Amino acid sequence: MAKGIRDKVAILGMGCSKFGERWDMNAEDLMVEAYVEALADAGIETKQIDAAWLATALEEQHVGKSAIPLAVALRLPYIPVTRVENYCASGTEAFRGAVYAVASGAADIALALGVEKLKDTGYGGLPQRGRGTLNNMTWPNASAPGSFAQLAAAYRAKHSSAPADLKQAMGHISVKSHDNGAKNPKAHLRNRITLDTVLNAPMVAEPLGLYDCCGVSDGSACAIVTTPDIAKGLGKRDVITVKALQLAVSNGTEAQHNSWDGSYFATTRIASKRAYQEAGIEKPRETLNLIEVHDCFSVTELVTMEDLHISEEGSAINDVLDGFYDADGPLPCQIDGGLKCFGHPIGASGLRMIYELYLQMQGRAGERQRREPPAIGLTHNLGGFPHQNVCSISIVGRYDA
Amino acid sequence: MTFGVLAYGAYIPRLRLSRRSVAEANAWLNPALKAQGKGERAICNWDEDAVTMAVEAARDALIGRDRASIASLRFASTTFPFLDRLNAGLVLKALRLSDEIAAVDVAATQRAGTSALADALSRSGETLVVAAEKRPAKAASPIEMSTGDGAASLLVGEGEPVARLLASATCAADFVDHYRTIDSEYDYQWEERWIRDAGYLPIVPPAIARCLKAAKMTPADVTSFCMPGVLPRLANTIAKAARIPDAAVRDNLHASCGETGAAHPLLMLVAAFEDAKPGDRILVVGFGQGADALLFEVLPAISRQPARLGVKGHLARRRPEENYSKFLAFNDMVEIERGMRAEADKLTPLSALWRNADTVTSFMGGKCAKCGTLQFPKSRICVNPNCNSIDTQEPEPFADKIGRINSYTADRLTYSPDPPACYGMIQFEDGGRWMMDFTDIDEADLTVGRAMKMMFRIKDIDTQRGFKRYFWKAAPAASGRD
Repeated sequence: MAKGIRDKVAILGMGCSKFGERWDMNAEDLMVEAYVEALADAGIETKQIDAAWLATALEEQHVGKSAIPLAVALRLPYIPVTRVENYCASGTEAFRGAVYAVASGAADIALALGVEKLKDTGYGGLPQRGRGTLNNMTWPNASAPGSFAQLAAAYRAKHSSAPADLKQAMGHISVKSHDNGAKNPKAHLRNRITLDTVLNAPMVAEPLGLYDCCGVSDGSACAIVTTPDIAKGLGKRDVITVKALQLAVSNGTEAQHNSWDGSYFATTRIASKRAYQEAGIEKPRETLNLIEVHDCFSVTELVTMEDLHISEEGSAINDVLDGFYDADGPLPCQIDGGLKCFGHPIGASGLRMIYELYLQMQGRAGERQRREPPAIGLTHNLGGFPHQNVCSISIVGRYDA
Repeated sequence: MTFGVLAYGAYIPRLRLSRRSVAEANAWLNPALKAQGKGERAICNWDEDAVTMAVEAARDALIGRDRASIASLRFASTTFPFLDRLNAGLVLKALRLSDEIAAVDVAATQRAGTSALADALSRSGETLVVAAEKRPAKAASPIEMSTGDGAASLLVGEGEPVARLLASATCAADFVDHYRTIDSEYDYQWEERWIRDAGYLPIVPPAIARCLKAAKMTPADVTSFCMPGVLPRLANTIAKAARIPDAAVRDNLHASCGETGAAHPLLMLVAAFEDAKPGDRILVVGFGQGADALLFEVLPAISRQPARLGVKGHLARRRPEENYSKFLAFNDMVEIERGMRAEADKLTPLSALWRNADTVTSFMGGKCAKCGTLQFPKSRICVNPNCNSIDTQEPEPFADKIGRINSYTADRLTYSPDPPACYGMIQFEDGGRWMMDFTDIDEADLTVGRAMKMMFRIKDIDTQRGFKRYFWKAAPAASGRD
């Protein structure tokens, strides 16, 4: 196996805009908001950036195609800029581009920025994304909740879980994220809710009610990366480095071959295993201190706990209800509110997750700061549908961890 | 070898609108409707039309039969979804019939069904006749009450027929009891009593007499008389005029289905076959700018037919619908707020549709010649992770397979003309799966493992350009709760 990315690249600076319904902001304004914070945090000037990556998933709703919108908004000095799109993994995909550029030696300092301006559609929820000419002729007009709700049906069937138990654990996940989001000034949704609110909410796609679904938000997040040596040279202490970056992409097996039972994410299981190997982690449940996963829907988070090999298969309901993933539990998940409450501007989400790990590791997370700053953490994105998706995993940690 | 009707089938949509709901909504305008508010009429789901019903009726008729011997296809209707696109060609493709056969649309009269059948019986070779109708009707009109949506299909040819034609007669008369033009969406109809007294009674009995004479039969020899007609006791009056025993007059399915236009004589004929015994003589009449009369003798093979839903089975596959405004919405007769999600562009690139017609219209998948794995859609590289062979796929039809629900949802966010949109992963037992729309299903029927059959339906309607695209959907295989 290739040696991997472990400790070759350090995070020099990060920024994140406030997420939410930013009616007064264009996508370009959001980009600058995240960038200004990241640039100041990195302590560099624009001209020091050698290359940049832009992540957007629904560019037809805001900036349009190509990487030019990033170059224009940030006034980048004719450097290489690339736009990437890989469903909800787009943000991590941009990060991967920048990290690989630094690791290869092609760039000393590289930038990754994700942005999404989703609140110009005129209605709630995500618009239906382009699916391709042939797929349009045979695919259902599936919404995101309709697609992910199917996990619940298959999960219940496989594990003989009582619908009420599953719904209760899903409810716990949403209540927890609202509690966490309430402590995060940049979060889209900052209200606390009760289990009853979740259980009695209007149904969106059975068994997903309104409070099982994440927010659809405007927002942007940004990372500036370099080598650990350059970071130290620029005066950084407590350097945070990249331990692993993995991607697994469905090849049609789940969609077309009966070897998949519908109750889990085949990609997440594979990508996380590869990431642990790349990062040298043998026991993720014991080793990881903090995780940010793709909780587009409560059931996605629940199933993902198993696919990340942290909860045993079939036992995520128990771990969730035991508080294992609560903010004060052994392994907090979505301590910043997650997609559920921080919000989900698609292209920005992967970078927002890394931003939270980065803040927590440096003890800069304010009211929601873990008492013991985490040493190593994982982020996870899942784009597409349970039966056909892109999964990205990043593991970051203290350079010495 | 005998020439005759080799097989028969029918299709009646599952939704049945109670006429009481129509009468209650419209009696303020036309109090006379109150008296007609009895029984129910079959209505298409939002994703059904004459083409989809024709495909289902033909599949019902063709159960257990080899389709390769079919040499012609005749599709009769006055409500074809396309004016200039061969509707029979679409039915042919959905049925996976040979593309080297004659496919013809027979249109423009309520007797299109009987005329297509008479034509098929006058030719040699195997002809699949299918008739389907979904008549438009203005709200509060008598025709809204009397019509129903449905389809029937008959396979005619050499073999072991269930019935043979003894004789037929026809006549033409430019008697315009109602009409619909290229410019008008709805029928314009003249007074019913005039239609009966100056139309049916002078035109039909002489045609029957000529038919019986050609068959060397007397009216008393008719054991079943299939005479569509929405006026009360019209069939009995005609029987009397033609001296056919009143006991031979068959129920016109008004109470349970409604009159299915050009398909109705054939639908009544199929219903008669379902009750027939060898030796019965069935007279079927089609009326519309003249009349067709066809006299059949039922043969012993009638008792050796494979099980099918037919008229009886489809009438039993029933979901009552009391919501008249839903019927109006399904038929685009009320300007309803469908929400911004309904604005999504549904353009069908016709070049891509043609290129992918095997996949989309015929529901053909692939079977790997090397590992035997079935898959949908077909692709150059086998989906089996342990095979992945290149260019080993042979065509494999999926339309007649039974699948099972692997996962499902009832989606209230996405746009559907009939929310919630139910869809999920359908897994076929001998291999292959696909994320598909469900249709004709209630939320309570959504369970993992439920057996589902494939039905040809409207996938999307392009409201900007008037195009409809079709694909296959999964519907509960057994009537179950229906």
